[in-house]
Amino acid sequence: MNTLEVRNLKKYFKTPRGMLHAVDNVSFTIQEGKTLGVVGESGCGKSTLGRTVIRLLEKTDGEIFFEGQNVSDAKGKKLKALRGNTQMIFQDPFSSLNPRMTVSQTIAEPMRIYKRGGRKEIVERVRELMETVGLSQRFQDSYPHELDGGRRQRIGVARALALNPKLIVCDEPVSALDVSIQAQIINLMQNLQEQRNLAYIFITHDLSVVRHISDEILVMYLGVEAERCPAKELFKNPAHPYTRALLSAIPRVNIHKKTERVILEGEITSPIDPPDACRFAARCQYALDICRRREPALTEIGENHFAACHRVGEAL
Amino acid sequence: MFFEIKDLSIHYSTGGNTFKAVNHIDLSVEKGQTIGLVGETGAGKTSTALGIMNLVPNPPGRIVSGEILLEGKDILKMSKIETRRVRGNRISMIFQDPMTSLNPTITVGEQLSEVIRVHQKASKIEATLKAKEMLETVGISGDRYGEYPHQFSGGMKQRVVISMALACNPELLIADEPTTALDVTIQAQVLELMKKLKNDFDASMLMITHDLGVVAEICDSVAIMYAGEIIEFGSLEDIFDSPSHPYTVLLFGCVPDIDSDVKRLTPIEGLMPDPSRLPEGCHFYPRCPKRIPICAGEAPVNVEIGDGHKVKCFLFGKGAALN
Repeated sequence: MNTLEVRNLKKYFKTPRGMLHAVDNVSFTIQEGKTLGVVGESGCGKSTLGRTVIRLLEKTDGEIFFEGQNVSDAKGKKLKALRGNTQMIFQDPFSSLNPRMTVSQTIAEPMRIYKRGGRKEIVERVRELMETVGLSQRFQDSYPHELDGGRRQRIGVARALALNPKLIVCDEPVSALDVSIQAQIINLMQNLQEQRNLAYIFITHDLSVVRHISDEILVMYLGVEAERCPAKELFKNPAHPYTRALLSAIPRVNIHKKTERVILEGEITSPIDPPDACRFAARCQYALDICRRREPALTEIGENHFAACHRVGEAL
Repeated sequence: MFFEIKDLSIHYSTGGNTFKAVNHIDLSVEKGQTIGLVGETGAGKTSTALGIMNLVPNPPGRIVSGEILLEGKDILKMSKIETRRVRGNRISMIFQDPMTSLNPTITVGEQLSEVIRVHQKASKIEATLKAKEMLETVGISGDRYGEYPHQFSGGMKQRVVISMALACNPELLIADEPTTALDVTIQAQVLELMKKLKNDFDASMLMITHDLGVVAEICDSVAIMYAGEIIEFGSLEDIFDSPSHPYTVLLFGCVPDIDSDVKRLTPIEGLMPDPSRLPEGCHFYPRCPKRIPICAGEAPVNVEIGDGHKVKCFLFGKGAALN
């Protein structure tokens, strides 16, 4: 079953200099128990996308379906129910926890708000959740500042699980952690997904992590989809020049396998009132005249493999 | 030897606690060589770098022992004036966060030319010209001399910081996580630039990072740090092809490799020890899957297991016989 379906989602922000196109025409579906990885550079709109699909931000246009139901404009009770089913894990475990709440209060809060059981049941449930995420009971009365980054992120995970959601948007959940701790949290998230059949939207800029955890990957560039396909396919046959540059930029841990590196010139351009052109054209080594005159459409170039590039059919 | 750290220890004291951030480390860098100093948060990497520059904030920090020898001369014993001549001129440092290492109220060019004026006794005009030239070297147009840091993107700010560090042709460059705050594409640009500059200026470099990918990219040898100690040291091939200390081995297991498939990563259980209460014996033994009884009571010493490949672990040398 499709947990989430998003069609032509747009999110614009009004700025003094014009309309900022943070998310422009993004579509995807996520099935139960699967992970969609969203990658791109800072400022490409990946966090905005994550927040808009679970309605933390109001969309500008487009449709969002949760388990087949159109929730694009859900209000009141319906919206509250949706929010119980879609939770979020934030990047920074230092600023996403209330410093004045203890671990158990933090984990219990969603259940109190949603009135899931009485006091005793909630206490019992908090105990269970702490065990699930590997937090020892002795921390239940600790405050976030007493804990290290890995443990804090475990609180974030426990809190996101408290309402038994179907979908969790994970916005760079391991970027602030050391590698040894990062591996602990990634494994925890994979185990939880298997046990509970959770769907994840995993937003990150770390391509090795995203390859490890995702079933499908969406590469974003300045608010648009550059490429979307199954995770392995993306690394085997990257089609979009941007994806290729991105992949070649990863420093490899292997010292004997050196890849030809495509160094991208310049930086990401402005997403304010973008012209009708390929948004990557200014940095693309293959850019032609047409790339600067017309925005390429997202086309299917293989099974479940989509890319938005005028020259995608050519062997570049 | 061009540059040597001998038996460096740095402690921080606050509220009656002593945090042993760096414990008896030895490290040497040859001319033109790049050494990677790898470790997790709290391993003592940045303290080591500050120690080299004699910049450990005192109080609470204190260099309790050790020598830092630049061509045989101990930086820690130099007078203030001598230290100033070394700092920025012969040894310079690139700090981790480009957003906070530039002054937001002074133009980028002004900050850059100040470095040149102070260290090379250049006139204002000469310094301005040199500053513009340095900006060009790192791929920023000299026309942007008069702009303020907020007008630059993160990658460009980091390039400004790099050009500042290179302005006086230092012989040793200390780079503290120079690319951690950047996107991969920008990281690739900066690494490429650092490689080029290293060759052009023939500088030695100490690259502090937690990213093994970056190390593979740019370093000639690698020192792995854990709880204030260098627990393994060797050439790039030694460390990447035959990592020997259990911590090093586990560290590689934590990183998802983009070229191979594993279903689950192998994390290191537990946490880095509190530097105010370091365990007796080997500092890694509480988390070590291969620990043997001797690890709890005695501190391991360096064992040379190959040409220049040193490991601080009882599984090698003397302890191996006991095992």
